[in-house]
Amino acid sequence: MSIPPVLTLRGIRKAYPGVVALDGVDLTLQAGEVHVLLGENGAGKSTLMKVISGAVARDAGEILLDGAPVELRGPRHAQSLGLGIIYQEFNLIPHLSAGENIFLGREPRRAAGVIDQATLLDRAQQLLNNLGVAIDARTAVSRLSVAQQQMVEVAKALSLNARVLIMDEPTSALTEQEIRELFAAIERLKARGVALVYISHRMEELFAIGDRVTVLRDGRHVGTRLIRDTSLPELVRLMVGRDLKEQFPKQAAGAGDEALRVEGLSRAGLLHDVSFTLRRGEVVGIAGLMGSGRTELARAIFGADRLDAGKIFVRGHEQVIASPRAAIALGLGFLTEDRKHQGLVLGLSVQENTCLPSVSVFSRFGVMQPAREASATAQRIADLRIKTPGPHQRVFNLSGGNQQKVVLGKWLTTDADILIFDEPTRGIDVGAKVEIYQLINQLAARGAAILMISSELPEILGMSDRILVMQAGRLAAEFSAADATQEKILAAALGRAGLSAA
Amino acid sequence: MKPRELLTHYGRQFGTLAGLLVLCAVLWALTPHFLTVSNLLNVAQQTAINAVIAVGLTFVIISGGIDLSVGSIVAFAGVVMATLLQRAVPVPLAILAGLGFGFGCGLANGLLISFGRLPPFIATLGMMSMARGGGLLFTDGRPVSGFDEGFRWLATGELLHVPVPVVVMLAVYAIAHFVLRLTPFGRYLFAMGGNEEAAVLSGVPVRFHKTLVYGVCGLLSALASVLLTARLNSAQPIAGINYELDAIAATVIGGTSLMGGQGSVVGTLIGALIMGVLRNGLNLLGVSSFVQQVVIGAVIILAVLLDTAFKRPKR
Repeated sequence: MSIPPVLTLRGIRKAYPGVVALDGVDLTLQAGEVHVLLGENGAGKSTLMKVISGAVARDAGEILLDGAPVELRGPRHAQSLGLGIIYQEFNLIPHLSAGENIFLGREPRRAAGVIDQATLLDRAQQLLNNLGVAIDARTAVSRLSVAQQQMVEVAKALSLNARVLIMDEPTSALTEQEIRELFAAIERLKARGVALVYISHRMEELFAIGDRVTVLRDGRHVGTRLIRDTSLPELVRLMVGRDLKEQFPKQAAGAGDEALRVEGLSRAGLLHDVSFTLRRGEVVGIAGLMGSGRTELARAIFGADRLDAGKIFVRGHEQVIASPRAAIALGLGFLTEDRKHQGLVLGLSVQENTCLPSVSVFSRFGVMQPAREASATAQRIADLRIKTPGPHQRVFNLSGGNQQKVVLGKWLTTDADILIFDEPTRGIDVGAKVEIYQLINQLAARGAAILMISSELPEILGMSDRILVMQAGRLAAEFSAADATQEKILAAALGRAGLSAA
Repeated sequence: MKPRELLTHYGRQFGTLAGLLVLCAVLWALTPHFLTVSNLLNVAQQTAINAVIAVGLTFVIISGGIDLSVGSIVAFAGVVMATLLQRAVPVPLAILAGLGFGFGCGLANGLLISFGRLPPFIATLGMMSMARGGGLLFTDGRPVSGFDEGFRWLATGELLHVPVPVVVMLAVYAIAHFVLRLTPFGRYLFAMGGNEEAAVLSGVPVRFHKTLVYGVCGLLSALASVLLTARLNSAQPIAGINYELDAIAATVIGGTSLMGGQGSVVGTLIGALIMGVLRNGLNLLGVSSFVQQVVIGAVIILAVLLDTAFKRPKR
């Protein structure tokens, strides 16, 4: 191409004490392209993003903007050069309006230094309109949906005349419809010549939206391809450095005795008369849109939220589960959808997190027994292949996939045999996903009963023996693995609301 | 643990300890009298009261809370115990009653916070005022004195040439360190302070332990009150004013994060000693108490500034 790329990175290197995060990475971004960045957790994607956005200083290599070398002095400097980033966790202030957030710190002012609110709202509204989204700039951010908040972030980056926009897992919390709207907005950005760096673990999205893809592995650049010239198996091979035999290594397990039965579970406005049975050795998938009551169902069974009505039978006996503690005592485990806020105490070590639900088991006469904790943790680190310098490492410093394995390790340590997995593979890479699938299979083969909530239909179809579909707090349909198709599940998940909207 | 891990886990304490040693060296250079056994024991004895209260605050702060009522509980529990002593109740019984009273005040804080869902700042601010007023009402505003000689031993006695208050302080720290590192209660304090939601979903009985930690803090305030009453040979309803600030200062200098979820009592002990040494040294040098306040304030700020400077991740 004759015009110089918007941004060129050459031989970027960044080392932290003990790890080389990036080692000679090259990347070029052309105006108007969506450049996908792929790699397993810990491959160096986040570090590379931080280098581009000025949050991290590189040790070696060059950064060229429009062909001219630049030195990024910090995030604000990078922003002023048109390098914007939208993190997975948004940087918005909930009680301020969309417009105030867009211009936070750069508010247009009148002569006396007073904020010119009218101009601010006008300009914010124009930015939002240009993105093609129906958001009123005066609405408080806390009242916007996740997808709308993301658009506010995009508008904020555009208000800084971003020419390069990095999006980190932008679809992880969006519904199918919202993803389509996001893609439409991305197309408009491309048309305006913005270069986008797109990070996602959902492979099907890459083929839908990407133009080129760069794969990183262990901090090295392993290849750049045109999306239309590559294939899923090739990308997976580049990422993991080997062929993954099967993405869903499903083994059908013979269903055994009843493990969990719920009857008529209800919670005002959230759950309506939900009944089902889960057997030992069985994986039951729960599909449904965001907000259809899947997580609420899991929390209610686990004793985290109160039920208004309904009965829960564990191994055939009716139980009142008043708290998560009671649920754990009955052999239940709950892998939450949000590992950072609900699954882990990030400031504590791998060992302290792994043993947290089992503290009373690992203590005698009120004194902890560190040797038993250490041996259980060592076992989990080995079995789950958790990549950590040691059991005393803070989980804060682990990658997403390894953090998820620590959460899993918590429930293996309690010996839970009725496991509720809420989005078990959200935000983790293909290699770790397959490992988690294999683990689910092993658990089922050993007689555990597994309830798996997921928004990824291929995962639901690939892993479940039976599939339940929730819609507006009700069980809308049940399919056997053999009968289920994406279309049938989606139709049931959309329910009447979907029909009337169509 | 390997040496490297020891350094990452206890590096902060080494730093505080280094600060204490430098401070001692400077004072020794300025005034030779500082580094005599009798003066050092004197410092330890003066530190004991703040140090004991600071243990309770360290627990509470690690759990993600704060307790402003410790100073008022020192006063109220003190006058309750002193009144019993005055009426010839046996010393051990009177002490137990005082400790129980402090524990009760603390539990009331804990119940308001965990079951009443009040922010800890508000609940303990209310208790701070109520316990202060309660002590004044109970005594009609007058000090309570006139105790058995045996009680005074708690201030003047020695065990193996070490003053009793210092022995009490060291015992409290040994037990507290053990509790924090090796009991479920200690582990739960870190989990609650680090991420309460994750702790609940891991089956931690959060409300029970949250109530208990304020009870423990009240109990330790009452224990400090026993030492104070013995030293002054009288209990005063206006005792303990601003003690909460000294205890918070010792905790923070010791490296416990006000955000909760991390901290250590070893650090707090060093923090309390830094404050004690500083006061003692400035007294020996004849620095006025007005200037002392300025210096202590500056040390608190400097300690935390250094802390953030070292913790800030490098770009």
